[in-house]
Amino acid sequence: MNTALLDKVESKCLKKDIPHFEIGDIVDVHCRIKEGEKERIGIFSGTVIARKGRGINSTFTVRRIVAGEGVERIFPLHSPNITDIKATRSGKTRRAKLYYLRERTGKSTKLVQEHSEHTVVS
Amino acid sequence: MLLGKKVGMTQVYDEKERLLPVTVIQAGPCVVMQVKTVETDGYNAVQLGYDDKKASRRTKPAIGHAEKAKTLPKKYIREMRLAGDAKAELNQGDSVTVSIFAETKFVDVIGTSKGKGFAGPMKRYHFGGMPGSHGTERKHRSPGSQAGYGTDRGHGGDIKKGKKMGGHMGAKRITVKTHRLVSIDQENNLLVIKGSVPGPAGGYVVVRTSQKNKV
Repeated sequence: MNTALLDKVESKCLKKDIPHFEIGDIVDVHCRIKEGEKERIGIFSGTVIARKGRGINSTFTVRRIVAGEGVERIFPLHSPNITDIKATRSGKTRRAKLYYLRERTGKSTKLVQEHSEHTVVS
Repeated sequence: MLLGKKVGMTQVYDEKERLLPVTVIQAGPCVVMQVKTVETDGYNAVQLGYDDKKASRRTKPAIGHAEKAKTLPKKYIREMRLAGDAKAELNQGDSVTVSIFAETKFVDVIGTSKGKGFAGPMKRYHFGGMPGSHGTERKHRSPGSQAGYGTDRGHGGDIKKGKKMGGHMGAKRITVKTHRLVSIDQENNLLVIKGSVPGPAGGYVVVRTSQKNKV
């Protein structure tokens, strides 16, 4: 299989200006939502616990606690419906996948803030 | 019609921002190896060739045939039959590229499906099989009854011709019809077709304008 040619086809659909964010960051994902004819932008904010895949298949998982229940959303990184990703707080991590957060509740889900260059402190 | 090679599958976003599963085919440039006419061959057709044979595999007859079109022997040669007494617009030695599909919206793709070896009736014909339990022994994937006395009354029960049984599956010529042509890349000779296409990545395929939906 000639992946170089597949990459050429994919590359037209890839976004070129994906904002920088890392595993452990708390991000606001701006997502276009269609309700009938109307279109609005919904914001889902939470901790980035995983980034997966390559090329057009790359996704990232955002986890947050809603009304005491853990909610995870998997976003395709290159989806045209995602208009913006804003990192609001960086978290200190030692691994690439933060699945251990699923077993945690309350204060222990919060990661220690890490001041890296891209951090936007609100 | 154009000959090509399946590159593989991927996904692209279309103009409505939907994610489409697509197959990428590297097609052409094909060389017109021969133009057949009613006078000389009894029918009208255009013979296309794709992908050069490497030097050690070229036979003298193949070299002679290709020389008439001022090209090298090809690995994949297929004929395009022309309807009725339509005259070919192409000449021997002409090159055909993906640009012929510039206006096309739907295509048919012909390829050789992946070989599955000897497959049972459940895989080959989607039979239901037998129960997993309730006393069933040693026949969970069996085809069941093949015939009874009544299937050929008077001659003793005989299995009817064409009865679906286990056997060799795949590695067969398959045509998939009316697949949307998502985009073409003239620079890299690529066709991007929605959906799947028979055969493995690297397998040869024939791409033609859809015969059902001619746009």
